[in-house]
Amino acid sequence: MDNGQPINNERTEDPVFGPYRQGVLVKPYERLNRDHVKWLDDASLSILNDPGIWCYNERAANLFKAHGAEVREEQETSGSFFWRVSLPQGLVRDAVSKAPSRFILGARKPENRLLLDAEVPRVYFGTGSEANVWVDVRMEEFVSVDDSQVKVKVPRFRELRGDTTLLSRAARLCEQLEHLDFFIRPLNIQDPDVTPDNHDVNKFFASLNNITKHVQAGLTRLESLKDVIKMAEIIAGGREELRKNPVISFIACVFKSPLQIVDETAEKVFAIVESGLPLVISSSPQGGSSAPIQEAGMVAQINAEILAGITLVQLIKQGAPVLYGSVPVRVRLDNLFDLYGCPEFNQYNIDCVQMARFYKIPCYSSAGVGDAKVPGMQAVFEKLFTHLHMAMSGAQYIHYAFGLLDRTNSFCPVQAVLDNEQIGKIKHCLREPKIDPSITADMINIVKKVMASPHRLFARHARKAMHAGDISSPYRFEAKDLEDKALENAMGYMNQKEKEPAQHLDQTTVDRIFNEIPGILPGLRQVAE
Amino acid sequence: MDQQILLEKIAFNVMQGRLEAEDEGFDEGLEGKPAVTELVKEAIRDGVDPKSIVLEALTGSMEVVGEKFESGEYLIPDMLASAECVGVAMDLLSPYLLKAGVETKGKFIISTVKGDLHDIGKNIVSIMLKGAGYEVIDLGADVPTDRIVGAVKEHQAPYLGLSALLTTTMRVMGDVIEKLKEEGVRESVKVLIGGAPTSKEFADQIGADAHCKDAFEATNILKTMAH
Repeated sequence: MDNGQPINNERTEDPVFGPYRQGVLVKPYERLNRDHVKWLDDASLSILNDPGIWCYNERAANLFKAHGAEVREEQETSGSFFWRVSLPQGLVRDAVSKAPSRFILGARKPENRLLLDAEVPRVYFGTGSEANVWVDVRMEEFVSVDDSQVKVKVPRFRELRGDTTLLSRAARLCEQLEHLDFFIRPLNIQDPDVTPDNHDVNKFFASLNNITKHVQAGLTRLESLKDVIKMAEIIAGGREELRKNPVISFIACVFKSPLQIVDETAEKVFAIVESGLPLVISSSPQGGSSAPIQEAGMVAQINAEILAGITLVQLIKQGAPVLYGSVPVRVRLDNLFDLYGCPEFNQYNIDCVQMARFYKIPCYSSAGVGDAKVPGMQAVFEKLFTHLHMAMSGAQYIHYAFGLLDRTNSFCPVQAVLDNEQIGKIKHCLREPKIDPSITADMINIVKKVMASPHRLFARHARKAMHAGDISSPYRFEAKDLEDKALENAMGYMNQKEKEPAQHLDQTTVDRIFNEIPGILPGLRQVAE
Repeated sequence: MDQQILLEKIAFNVMQGRLEAEDEGFDEGLEGKPAVTELVKEAIRDGVDPKSIVLEALTGSMEVVGEKFESGEYLIPDMLASAECVGVAMDLLSPYLLKAGVETKGKFIISTVKGDLHDIGKNIVSIMLKGAGYEVIDLGADVPTDRIVGAVKEHQAPYLGLSALLTTTMRVMGDVIEKLKEEGVRESVKVLIGGAPTSKEFADQIGADAHCKDAFEATNILKTMAH
């Protein structure tokens, strides 16, 4: 118990993979019936065959061709060349079946590792995006114009430009959020000394040196991969140790929707897969602009894109650990921006979770994004609407879940604290029922005892469940009077959490990293006390 | 068993909220070990002074429980479990205490008023006051005004607690006070009221002596009244 709040990050142990975070095991809510899944699967495979995919990477085109795809060079109206790839159904099915259903995402602390199993709807939540803006919040007191005795505290917001200091602070805070299971850099680092050449090593180091949970990010430069992996090997304790405990993994949006394989990202996919580290094949078409807005069309297309990406991964290296990364969104019809926190977002995403389950590949999904630009009622609505539905869907790995505002453009640490509370409640709500004959027999016994007592009160019999962490506590940031103090209370809680000692790497590890990896900013050199 | 050890064990089990051997405590691994009921019976059998049991094993341990509740370590079910232990211990000890001429903190008549079937809050107050050493006479729920006033007279009780959960039944509390006046016993009894729709203002309006927002406030107010 933590302030009466049951903690849902109990550790557990797998005989093959060792310790891992418990997450929450849910009974999945499914929108699609068997026929729906089959029709969407057929539609995706049909799309991959005709019109096929527009591949802008020669190696990928050749690899597809070598495995039986029909590949022909074509020219855009703009004059540039690409390879038009028609993937036969058998090739895709065979490759996808080679992707592992079960693997570990490692962490600095073994008990923080994540066990992903496509056939087990164990849900983990983490951060996401790479927002440029950090939204800083402070409470300011205002006096009523009618009565100077009446004062209210109102949140005031300030936008800061993301940098390595703020990313380190985000990682450090996220270490303290008990319902946050993994860390995807939520903030873009824009320090004056950060260049495209040292962007990757700095974002990975700022994360890894401040959090002991799994760290994931996209790769800015292919050339940085070697250094990033070397850094991770130093932290994990060696080459083989890193493969057994991959403390980092990568995200690659290899498809530009609709159906186009991006040259540079495809090269990153080759390199990452060859390195043996886990990878998310992520696609994010926008229903209404880069994909059909209709559920059937959106899901058929994104599924086709992800399947083609996973096929590429398995052709590069059979059995390579890969996540089915679905981030389907809907267009706003008034300005063509992404629209999150709407019914279609949940429909698209729940369908994708089911498709991933059908192919037996762990699902990287999304929740917790909205149009709200500051913490408040709109943010709560949009986040709860998607957090709850996506957790119910049984997606194994839900990103975007902490701190994001203004779609994916801002990260707000207080919002992350509010999201932590919300996700904790959702995890609690979706826990497996504790019902079996021995438990019901205990309950009958309690009912008999209470009915025989003078006051017929069950309160004392709540203790066992209470102490076992089975009983949730009230909303952590509640107000006692006629007011709403959620934000103010969450800020107080955040300040308290930020005072906890940082979980930096030890001196020897940090020294080795700074000696062997060029480009890390000196300001990030912090070591465990 | 050595008397001092026995008293310490009773105190420990009160703090653990363990009424009977089969009960779990606040800490793990206590199930199956003798609890308050078994230990108090053993103490009586061994001829331990009942006053010592009350003073050394029950009163002090309830104070510790109160502190643990204040600090947030214990929640209401823990507090109630401990109070219930003390209540049962007092039941077991009462004949011996009477013989020894030891008095309780006073009779406290408690009731939910006519028309109202809700009794959870009233029961919690009842358990807590019994645990605090009052002789609680619980009339139950939906009790007619005449019966409440009759009980006050019959037991010559210095305290009366009235409970109501409904806005439609809370006014009956005022009727009870009027009836106490009619019967000439209003001055001899302190009337405490409670229940979700009630308030300090309402207590003043109907002429009650105190409004208690919960069982803990009731015990605190009673301490002040005793002084």
